Amino acid sequence: MATTVPEIFDTMEYGPAPESDKPALAWLERHQSTFGHFVGGAWTTPRKGGLFEVINPASGKVIARATQGTKADVNAAVRAARNALPAWQGLTGHARARHLYAIARSVQRNARLLAVLETIDNGKSIRETRDIDIPLVARHFYHHAGWAQLFESEFAGHECAGVAGQIIPWNFPLLMLAWKVAPALAAGCTTVLKPAEFTPLTALAFAELAHEAGLPPGVLNILTGDGTTGAALVDHPDVDKLAFTGSTEVGRLIRKATAGSGKKLSLELGGKSPFIVFEDADLDSVVEGVVDAIWFNQGQVCCAGSRLLVQEGIAERLIEKLRVRMERLRVGSPLDKAVDMGAIVAPVQLERIRSLVQQGEREGAEMWQPSWAVPTEGCFYPPTLFTNVSPSSTIAQVEIFGPVLVSMTFRTPDEAVALANNTPFGLAASLWSENINLALAIAPKVKAGVVWINCTNLFDAAAGFGGYRESGYGREGGREGMWEYLKGSWESRVESRESGAATAKKRTLDSRLPPSNSRLSIADSRLPLIDRTPKHFIGGRQARPDSGYSMRVAGTDGRPLGDVGEGNRKDIRNAVEAARNAGGAWARSPGHSRGQILYYVAENLSARAAEFASRLLDMTGQDGKPEVDAAIARLFTWAAWADKWDGQVHQTPIRGVTLAMNEPVGVVGIASPAAFPLLSFVSLVGAAVATGNTVVAVPSEPHPLAVTDLYQVLETSDVPAGVLNIVTGHRDELAKVLAEHDDVDAIWYFGSPEGVKLCELASVGNMKQTWCEAFWRDWPNDVQGEGREFLRRATQVKNIWIPYGE
Amino acid sequence: MKLEGAILRVNMTPGPRHAKLKLAGTEPERPAGTSREPPGGEIARNPGMPLDLDLVLAQHVNRSAVERRAATIPTRRTVKKQWQAAWLLRAVSLIDLTTLSGDDTRGNVRRLCAKARHPLRPSLERALGVEGLHITVGAVCVYHQLVATAIEALAGSSVPVAAVSTGFPSGLSPLETRVSEIHASVAAGAREIDIVITRGHVLTGDWHALYDEVRAFRDACGDAHMKAILGTGELATLTNVARASMVAMMAGADFIKTSTGKEGVNATLPISLVMVRMIREFFDRTGFPIGYKPAGGIRSAKNALEYLYLIKEELGDRWLRADLFRFGASGLLTDIERQLEYFVTGRYAAAHRQPMV
Repeated sequence: MATTVPEIFDTMEYGPAPESDKPALAWLERHQSTFGHFVGGAWTTPRKGGLFEVINPASGKVIARATQGTKADVNAAVRAARNALPAWQGLTGHARARHLYAIARSVQRNARLLAVLETIDNGKSIRETRDIDIPLVARHFYHHAGWAQLFESEFAGHECAGVAGQIIPWNFPLLMLAWKVAPALAAGCTTVLKPAEFTPLTALAFAELAHEAGLPPGVLNILTGDGTTGAALVDHPDVDKLAFTGSTEVGRLIRKATAGSGKKLSLELGGKSPFIVFEDADLDSVVEGVVDAIWFNQGQVCCAGSRLLVQEGIAERLIEKLRVRMERLRVGSPLDKAVDMGAIVAPVQLERIRSLVQQGEREGAEMWQPSWAVPTEGCFYPPTLFTNVSPSSTIAQVEIFGPVLVSMTFRTPDEAVALANNTPFGLAASLWSENINLALAIAPKVKAGVVWINCTNLFDAAAGFGGYRESGYGREGGREGMWEYLKGSWESRVESRESGAATAKKRTLDSRLPPSNSRLSIADSRLPLIDRTPKHFIGGRQARPDSGYSMRVAGTDGRPLGDVGEGNRKDIRNAVEAARNAGGAWARSPGHSRGQILYYVAENLSARAAEFASRLLDMTGQDGKPEVDAAIARLFTWAAWADKWDGQVHQTPIRGVTLAMNEPVGVVGIASPAAFPLLSFVSLVGAAVATGNTVVAVPSEPHPLAVTDLYQVLETSDVPAGVLNIVTGHRDELAKVLAEHDDVDAIWYFGSPEGVKLCELASVGNMKQTWCEAFWRDWPNDVQGEGREFLRRATQVKNIWIPYGE
Repeated sequence: MKLEGAILRVNMTPGPRHAKLKLAGTEPERPAGTSREPPGGEIARNPGMPLDLDLVLAQHVNRSAVERRAATIPTRRTVKKQWQAAWLLRAVSLIDLTTLSGDDTRGNVRRLCAKARHPLRPSLERALGVEGLHITVGAVCVYHQLVATAIEALAGSSVPVAAVSTGFPSGLSPLETRVSEIHASVAAGAREIDIVITRGHVLTGDWHALYDEVRAFRDACGDAHMKAILGTGELATLTNVARASMVAMMAGADFIKTSTGKEGVNATLPISLVMVRMIREFFDRTGFPIGYKPAGGIRSAKNALEYLYLIKEELGDRWLRADLFRFGASGLLTDIERQLEYFVTGRYAAAHRQPMV
């Protein structure tokens, strides 16, 4: 290497440009490089024998020791959070805003210390920590200081979810902390956060800074440790809300572990995000997009654009341009201010990358790396490009979480969409085209929570981030992210009523309504009834149950009212298929049209109101008229919403727009509660259908006839075939089949606690969204039986980033 | 601070294995993934090519993406200590030291030429250990009227004189006048001619007219090298900048240059990124390397380094030589001198202590 001025004048090489790590090392020394947890506003004493090493992956050297959290530690931390909750939650929004604002300022004052600390802990380049991670952390706290300030007006009728347990990964340690902590604190939650064991340092430094900035003790508690610590936090009974970012595998374990616990859950999981390049794209800009997509943070990014899909005619040119660009990337000390890529987080991750790359080669894909070599000391891996990859190969399917790009070609836009969606994941997508018609047509078709048009890996606190499918559920950032830490105030009133009065009999959704003294309409009927055994309603037709069995439906007096088909898994299978087939067109149909159909259903139900009222009376012993009237009104509500559930344009700091679109979740499986058999059914199904979902519904098990009578109403109301499918039978049995079905996108279950657990457990197959409740919901009440909560459940927010400017 | 085991390309392992790159068609055989750079030594001059409208119209530039890339060039690269000093010296050697004012006289042009021959004072050169490099600027750039003065003042040095021409800065005088202006400057001894294009041809999409015009200028230049000034600040869109760049190169430009210095917006990193990408595209297709000259608004040493990062990253080291890169600037030199003095003395320097341009 040239080192004298005349030599360098000739070679024009880059030299070393190291950022000093002295302030960060000094901070570590102040703590003797040994850390306890940060609980209740103070450090716990590091436990001898209970420490693990924190290693700088760029050097392999131990830079600190942190405490492995035990069950007792978790208990203490959750207790601290619980104790701090009433006071924190009781603060005004403005008071919490002041705290969040103070934290944001403190992050900015200490920006370089945090950036360097992050770099020596994680191995990512100082450029990224300095220019991306830490500024976004500050931005997140500023933005959420705003939500705290506006809390009373913007989230009226809601309150915080309680004590939050938050588990974050090692790839963006402090940024992920910000994404979790800022909305939680803004909402009034107190929190116990566990950083990844590879990267605990910035979370600890942050806790110290936040408390120096005046955050009350116990509001934020940091617990270090590995997966066992995380598991103890997940299992802790006094945690109300869990938020996790990490692998889909662990997300699954968390969903299982929390099934039936009533804990609110948001998961931000893995991805294999497509990076789609159409032939009219600005290819040189595409190349830089790829650099930002897969060689950002060494590719250790959940939303990394790791699958390059290129239109066939330009593929060769693009790949050639990419190779030229890859030659010029610089990999080296992450503290060097002139490197593009730093170190891989740990040897185990490096090994995983290596073995997947080898597997890719074994499976026949062509691997290419630049001619230069990476440093041999420390965990480094070069940028890697695979061509000749088929969709079936391992490297095209699994998340590598390293600087490895796989490329495939497509012929048409439709094929691009098909390839893009040919994955269990759905976190993000990047689209490149100079044709606005094409780009805006593709964006809604890609199954992903974030779509970047002619850009990639843009993040901002004002826009929600989160996935579709097995990439998880819930959003972080923006208004949509706040809901993850909120619940309706009426819910906590129900809870306190139930837990408060020991003598009060717990009412669940399965509780039947007490029989009234009303006259039963069929009491005086002497003649045998004409048999009217309803079948299922699948694909717009009445379909005979596969089993060939039927179930007796009894009235309140025990006298049989009729029979319904006893559905089984094959009926569910057929119904899901019908719902899937109807899905695309229904989702694309204008809200106005969906609304018109729901009004029509209401109209036809109204015409037969007396008959439905009498049926309800027979089954429940209650005067059915109020319920029928309420059901008609509710259909009107959903018809009204059908063209009003608008998205938003978020105020992100780009020249462009960030569209937050409410998209239907897809195929929703709905198991209705026993009570209010007609009204609860209409409340749930109506919300799902109005927002563009297609539905497979299981009606109230004891009182299904109120719904089977609807078949004729549906048939006369222009409901397209397959939009609403109804299978009668044993609710929990059918709900389980729905919850297990990989082509069902959400399961809504309202029934017994056992059923809730069953459905939540069964949902892990495809990590479908769950809305499962066993507590009493007062369906006629318009706060509990309709409204935005239902609409939010029925949709997922897709954020589409569209920079513009010619 | 000692940086451990970290800097790029120390502790090299044997290079990883490469999949053989298959290139279809007529592409020349060359190692996979190597950047396409012309060889050292004298470069072959661009003879131009017929106007290829398909290629011109195929250029679409996404402004937001270009701006994002341009914004990270200065944050992804930096040079410190002796590297910074050496790079700044390189920048000095790439300056077209320019005066283009209505009040230019022989007096200030002579002073400019003196500075061009010895841009750094001897004590500074000695301290940097670069006396042996005999660093001069790339050229002196003046109006036609002052070409003779400049040539006289630069006699005995290797510094060429460049003349702005063709109705500079607007380029709206009659074509014959503009062509004869080139002839006059070449006859007066200018070895480089900085022509301006008719921006209206770009704005109206009259690529044929633009091509014919630049072609005529090139023919008039003869052996003198031609830099085509696009007036990018008046071209409205980056796509126009890309297309005008491509047409100018097809018509035989030796250099493409951003601005006259008289437009509202002169050289910027995003505009430069677009133009150098076109140079790369043209080189990939024809094998002829075209030079690049950002002009106007480049006044700080830091900003000059950013341009050098951009060129090194997008085009490669070969383009960091005066035959393929120039800064159109005047005040820049003084700031570079101050930074070099700081490097030598460790004290921040004052402009008035540097010999005046």
